[in-house]
Amino acid sequence: MDRDDVVSWQRRTHDVDAFDSLHPSDTEEAHVLAVDDSLVDRKVIERLLRISSFRVTTVESGSRALQFLGLDEDKSSGHFDESSALREIPVVIMSSEKVLARIDRCLEEGAEEFIVKPVKLSDVKRLKAYMRRDSRESNKSETGNRANANRKLREEEEEEEDNNYDESDLSASSPSPPACSVSSSPPSTSSSCSSFPSSAAALAAMDERRL
Amino acid sequence: MEVGQMQRRLVEFTKSLFVEGFLDGQFLQLQQLQDDSNPDFVVEVVSLFFQDSEKLLNDLTSALEQQDVDFKKVDAHVHQLKGSSSSIGAQRVKNACVVFRSFCEEQNLQECMRCLQLVKQEFYLAKNKFETLFTMEQQIVAAGGSIPATEITSF
Repeated sequence: MDRDDVVSWQRRTHDVDAFDSLHPSDTEEAHVLAVDDSLVDRKVIERLLRISSFRVTTVESGSRALQFLGLDEDKSSGHFDESSALREIPVVIMSSEKVLARIDRCLEEGAEEFIVKPVKLSDVKRLKAYMRRDSRESNKSETGNRANANRKLREEEEEEEDNNYDESDLSASSPSPPACSVSSSPPSTSSSCSSFPSSAAALAAMDERRL
Repeated sequence: MEVGQMQRRLVEFTKSLFVEGFLDGQFLQLQQLQDDSNPDFVVEVVSLFFQDSEKLLNDLTSALEQQDVDFKKVDAHVHQLKGSSSSIGAQRVKNACVVFRSFCEEQNLQECMRCLQLVKQEFYLAKNKFETLFTMEQQIVAAGGSIPATEITSF
């Protein structure tokens, strides 16, 4: 763990806000954006991620997440650049609800995985494993190194009940469906996420049925 | 009381919390997240839960006192409470919330009010148990001892 910290520190001095052009090594800390409207859960997930050597930013809502990613709805007029490197960001959904229809929907819409809460260390460790694999596989150095050098794994909390789950929010104008950014909070927020670019859903999600 | 005795008491007490269903495996997860760099993690999260949820319980109480009860809102609050209690391993609180939610779905005001009372009861019971647990830990540390790790195999 100590060795990782030293390497990561050196990397971090390069890439604080700028995305550096180097391929991330396995020892570089991936940055996770965790979205959850529960303060307690934010604290727990933050610790779970930090102890697993991730860099963490926690936000309390979908709109805050978009702000953090620089996708302010005011500025963008609701239309997102589909070629944005941000679409490479894998999205993982966490929810305490085991509603199969919703789980299916999330996975179909591009979520990498659906984690049933409460989140455990083993869940986070699993994410680490596929993130490393993912960063080795993707080799897009010519198209902008943003996606590679500063990979973020966004975990989102899906709080809504099925009856609040507005189907129309998920409809996309693009061929690929939006990521499950639907989540975290009241309907007013989810509508702002409706045209968020999809994640690269390249990896098989790890849910019970596929084990 | 000497340290060894205090430690044994703590182990027995912790065990009882699991046996009686106050705590579940998630609490063990929390303990695993505590280390020298974050020595008070468990106390911090649990305290945060009780602080945060107190407010939630107040909101729930007033929501159920409205002329026209908004059951969706009530359900959202209970869902929140269920989630955070499950995150800290407070099993009985969580279970009380599960029952509560089913009555929210039915929009049964009478039962919801009863559930609220039950949730509050479990909430304060859990708070009490945690306070006892943390006090015992503090006493051990103050006496120069270390907190024994919770052995999962014994129950």
